[in-house]
Amino acid sequence: MTLTARLFVGGLRDVGRRRWLLAYLLFYAVLTDTLFRFGGDGPRAVVSLTNVVLGLVPLVGLLFGTMYVYQSREFIEMMLAQPVDRRSLFVGLYGGVAVPLAGSFMLGVGLPFFWNDGFADGGRAIALVVVSGAALSVVFTGLGFLIALRFEDRASGLGVAIVSWLAATVLYDGLVLLSVTLLQEYPIEHPLIGAMLINPVDLARVLLLLQLDMGALAGYTGAVFERFFGTAQGSVWSGAALAAWAIVPFLAGMRRFAARDF
Amino acid sequence: MTRMPGARPAIEIAGLRKRFGRSLVLDGIDASIARGRVTALVGPNAAGKSTLLKCLLGLVRPDAGTLTVDGVEVSGDPAYRRVIGYMPQRAPFPENLTGHEVLGLLRQVRGDVPVDFELIERFGIAGELAKRVATLSGGTRQKLNAVAAYLFRPSIVILDEPSAGLDPVANRALKRKILQTRDAGVTHLITSHVLSEVEELADEVLLLLDGRVHYNGSVNNLRDITGERHLEPAIGRLMEARR
Repeated sequence: MTLTARLFVGGLRDVGRRRWLLAYLLFYAVLTDTLFRFGGDGPRAVVSLTNVVLGLVPLVGLLFGTMYVYQSREFIEMMLAQPVDRRSLFVGLYGGVAVPLAGSFMLGVGLPFFWNDGFADGGRAIALVVVSGAALSVVFTGLGFLIALRFEDRASGLGVAIVSWLAATVLYDGLVLLSVTLLQEYPIEHPLIGAMLINPVDLARVLLLLQLDMGALAGYTGAVFERFFGTAQGSVWSGAALAAWAIVPFLAGMRRFAARDF
Repeated sequence: MTRMPGARPAIEIAGLRKRFGRSLVLDGIDASIARGRVTALVGPNAAGKSTLLKCLLGLVRPDAGTLTVDGVEVSGDPAYRRVIGYMPQRAPFPENLTGHEVLGLLRQVRGDVPVDFELIERFGIAGELAKRVATLSGGTRQKLNAVAAYLFRPSIVILDEPSAGLDPVANRALKRKILQTRDAGVTHLITSHVLSEVEELADEVLLLLDGRVHYNGSVNNLRDITGERHLEPAIGRLMEARR
């Protein structure tokens, strides 16, 4: 086993974290199952889920990622005093949070579909929700790590994490709407596409709703996006941008982790 | 000086500088830590003791200067830390792991090397290792911390305020371990702000003041130049002389 894998497995032994992840999984399972019972068929449950997923997954990823780094500070120091190289340690720590978090989400949402036979008429839609939720978990865990490594002080780090979440989920929509209203005389489609690429939550929303043929629900940016790229190309672009959102904060965090003082 | 002629120091520090924001914490440290001896790293608060240790462990990257451990210059390569055992001031273990799991994790990270469980017996904590760290008392955590420092038979042991939180019995056991391993050739670097604590252990003293070295040599020589028998007044005299 490589060092990273050892660290990764070592982290999973943590009982507290296992309990927390199980609670997270159960929450999604209960939510999804409830939506099935009240909403009826698979596709409808998927759409209702989408809104919860787009709000909650980023919040949990950010808070879990940030808190984990602060809580593990002494553990990190202990590991760094061992003959351990910093990059391997970072990958082990990050993987130990992002993978179980994405995994509990996937299981929590996936299992109720399985026992409710939801795959029959909405297999592709479910796969999409599961994949984009997992991608958002990974993206925001990485951002949480980056924030915690950037801000020495726990209170300011958590503050920045919460403000980032508000900015990505609530403020962003408001700002886009406001600018569309104010600038309606001007051709702002291109800047809007740019605006969409800089928000991973919006990317996931557009990706999901384009694929689910619900462009009307994708909001203004989604409509512009669909017209500009068409559905297929739009999905590729938003998927690529989302992947960049997973990779860039991860690499930036790793760089910072390798260079900083503990 | 009673150093063995020809024996290379275990640790050599040259021109070490580190600045945190506005404060210059290490202002050009030149020092050597004698092999197979116990060196007390002493100095008032904020003298730079912790930063020096952290530089040695690679936790803090110095702005300038070099550190050489066992002839290997400290750089990005973590391999030099194989010979080091470290006991930080506060036991750093994940709360939800048991003592066994903590030691297991460390052993996995270190790979297949011979281990030394002797301190577990001496502290009498074998029965505590099955419990989660969160449920252990502060003293027991500190004992586990000491066990971890000696676990991989290091040739250099760094102890940061080792007596803090240890009861007198455990403290004696640790002191015996320090002297016994020293006699077997292990180099020790120990910080403490209680000078009487390190008095019976130290062969050498490294005194830091405001980020600079003010004394780096044997305890006997320190007694000679100050005319004091005990460490505390001797170091007090050194500090006065510098004012």
